[in-house]
Parts: sequence; structure tokens; C-alpha cells
Amino acid sequence: MNWFDKLHETFIATGHYKMILGGLRNTMIITLGALLIGVVIGSVIAVVKYFSEDAPRMKWAAALCDVYVTVIRGIPVVVLLLIFYFVVLSGADGVIVAIITFGINSGAYMAELIRSGINAVDKGQMEAGRSLGLSKLQAMRKIVFPQAIRNILPAIGNEMIALLKETSVAGYVAVVDLTRAGNLVRNNTFDAINPLLLVALVYLVLVVGLTRLLKVFERKLAKNEERIRKRDLR
Amino acid sequence: MKNESENAISADFPVKDASASGDNLLISVRGLEKRFGEIEVLRGIDLDINRGDVICIIGPSGSGKSTFLRCLNLLERPDGGSIVFEGDELTDKKTDVNLHRQKMGMVFQQFNLFPHMTVMENLTCAPVLLKKCTKEEAETKANALLARIGLADRAGAYPNQLSGGQKQRVAIVRALCMEPDVMLFDEPTSALDPEMVGEVLDVMKELAESGMTMAVVTHEMGFAREVSNRVIFLDDGVIGEEGSPAEVFGNPQSERLKSFLSKVL
Repeated sequence: MNWFDKLHETFIATGHYKMILGGLRNTMIITLGALLIGVVIGSVIAVVKYFSEDAPRMKWAAALCDVYVTVIRGIPVVVLLLIFYFVVLSGADGVIVAIITFGINSGAYMAELIRSGINAVDKGQMEAGRSLGLSKLQAMRKIVFPQAIRNILPAIGNEMIALLKETSVAGYVAVVDLTRAGNLVRNNTFDAINPLLLVALVYLVLVVGLTRLLKVFERKLAKNEERIRKRDLR
Repeated sequence: MKNESENAISADFPVKDASASGDNLLISVRGLEKRFGEIEVLRGIDLDINRGDVICIIGPSGSGKSTFLRCLNLLERPDGGSIVFEGDELTDKKTDVNLHRQKMGMVFQQFNLFPHMTVMENLTCAPVLLKKCTKEEAETKANALLARIGLADRAGAYPNQLSGGQKQRVAIVRALCMEPDVMLFDEPTSALDPEMVGEVLDVMKELAESGMTMAVVTHEMGFAREVSNRVIFLDDGVIGEEGSPAEVFGNPQSERLKSFLSKVL
């Protein structure tokens, strides 16, 4: 049997390609869902900590955020996943649990990232916004935050890639993600090398695609700023 | 040419008629104090600003000029004293500072234009967000003001495509779009290349001539002498001397002011 026949038998004839596709689907759903939750949590924490710097009333909120970041960053994500699946959210669907867990986990890292982005925005920007009569929150949302996100776009890209690969442990809580799917195919077909190679290849393609996408996005942002410059150099 | 532009000013710069309001006193500062840690920057400042006043605040660096100006719209919170603006005590915790700041335009040394927004977005962002007017109205007004300062064709440009002088003129117009009752200028020309100072001062001068109330922290003594009706010499956190430009520049009383003027004139 040559290699192509082997591939055909492992993936097509036995219908296992469906399992891989289903796994890929779950991996993407978990990654995107967790990313969304992570960005929201990270933004909220970063903004709370920024505001608490000169608002004594918010010190307790900032302290709470510190505890969150410390605890989450100190626990391996697999352990977190098991705790959520078997204790906190026991009985819930594995994919949902995975989205929430990876989201909460990613939020702790995003928070530090976004905070560094906010701190890198010139203080005069907030002052200019406030001097126009905007509230602190309005100035943050319209003026500081968009610039902060732009500052940290490459770092967010890295976090996305890390998150995508991290979801490969979702199999611990009975989720058939890409990794688990590949492993199941290996188990069913007694063909180890092809399913695992395929899984590795798919991750690689996803990461490369993501990197490309971010590059395009970054370049577009940079171009936006330079757009009319050439025309106006007269 | 000169006459033409002066006639156009009051039509284009949105300055409210001072006589419409019975009360001529706009800002009243009493015993203003500000500390940064151990350092007392402001040590009891009393100042009344009337509608239509153009006040220049001069003084050596470190004398508290900028801090004083930034206290007026609470960018710095005073540690003592009172600031009454249009009848409301600003230092009162219950006062809605955001509402009052809408009436106090501020222009910064470093321009502080929003780099991620076009010139037009810089101008319309705050009025639209604060629901002072619709987007269309804000853009109409912004276009008129941009035309007034000769930057009508730059509405779609980003701040980093503008020269320093253009940036500062846009920053002035950005504040004007909120139709403020007073404009605060914090060393508006100090970060500019010398050849660009003139264009910014011209806009400020026209604004003053149109009746806008202005408080200007500046090192431009020519501007202070020519445009302002009152000059405040701030020295070591207190008002060292104040009076008309003729008095302050022509007949300085204190040794400190004399020595300061001998250095800058």
C-alpha cells in the first residue's frame, strides 16, 4: 500500500475526515470565543486599573483585579479547565466550558498587555479629551483606548497565536477539538503518523494565516496615517 | 485686506455677545493654592476674569503659570482656595466639572491633537459625542472655522501630516467648536518652530479682537503687549504684579519684574 492509499484509508474511506473537520471547527469556535472574552475582560481590568490610579474609591476594584490576574496566571490552564469542567460549571457543555476557561485565562494576560498599551499613550491625550468636556470614560473610549490598541496590536497577535495553540488541551474535558480529533483518528486507524502530522500542519497553517492577517491589518493602519502625506508634500 | 478679515471675524468665530449677560464677571479666583508633594507651586492667587478680557500670564519658568491655568479647568485639582466660574464653585465636589469644561476651551503647548482621527474628526468628535449638535451641524461649523484659518483643504488630513503651526491652529479651532465662553492657552507657541509662531499668534489675535475671553500663558511679550488688556506677572506662586500692558512693561515696580523683563525683552 503506498502513502496515498494509506491517506485515503485513514481519512476518506473510514469517514474520519469529518472528525478532523469537526475538531477544527471546535478549535476555531473556542479560540474566537475565548479571544472575545479575553479582550473584554482584559480591557475592563486595564481600564479599572488606569482609573484607580487617581480615584481612591476604586482602590478595592483595582485590588480585586490584581488578585484575579495573580491567581489566573499562577494556575496552569489545564488545571483551570478541569476545575471549571468538574466543579464550577459541572454539567455544562465542554465547548462552553472551554470557551469560558480559555477566555478567563487569556483575560489575565490581555489585561497586562492592554494596560501597557494605555500607559504608552501620551497623558496629554486624556487631558485634551477632558478639557473638551468629555468624561473620563468617554475620553478613554474614543481617544486613549483606540491608540492603546494600535500600540499593542503585534502583542495581541502573539496572544492570539498562543491562545489558539493552548486550546489543544481542551480534550481533557471531553471536547473533540482539532488535537483530540487527530488523536481519536490515530486510535481508530492504528495510523499514528498521518493524523498527527495533519493536525500539526493544520495548526501551522492557521498560525501562519493569522500572522499574515495581522501584518495586513497593521500595514493598513499605518497606511491610513500616511495616506495623504505624499499628495501634500508640495 | 486687513479690514476685510477683521469684518469677517465676528461672523466666523462663534463668540457670544458679552452684553447679553448681565453679569460681566466670568471667573473669580480666590486664594488658590496648589502643592506637588512638598513643593508649593501656587501660594494664594486672587484673580478676576471678566467677559472679553484678554489676560496674559507671564513669569519665569517654575513660577506656576501653567499650573495656575490648568487649575482653572481642574486639570490640576487645587489644594485650597476657590474658583467660581459663571456663578458655580468649581472646586466643590458636587459640581459637574465636565459640563463646565465644555465652556472652557484649552490649547496645549504640545497641541495634543488626536493622532488617530482626521482633522475633521478631531473637530467634531467632542461636540457630537456630547450631543451639542448633530454630525452635519458640527461638520458645517468645523468647515467654516477651518476655512477661517485657511486650512479648509486639510479636513481629511491626519495630524502628523500637518506642520506644527497648522496643528496648533487646528487645536484652537477644535476648542472653538465647543463654543466656549473662555479660552485657556498654555504656552501655545513654545513648541513651534520660530517661523510658525506668527500664524498661530495671528489666529489668537483675531480671536481676541472678536471678543473672546482669553487667558494666555506665554513668553511672547510682543503678543502680551499688543493684544492683552491685562498682564499678570506670576512669581514664585503668587501674583507679583499686574496691570495694563503699558503699566507692566512700561513701568515695572518690583525688582523681580524688572529683572525678568530685562531677560526676555
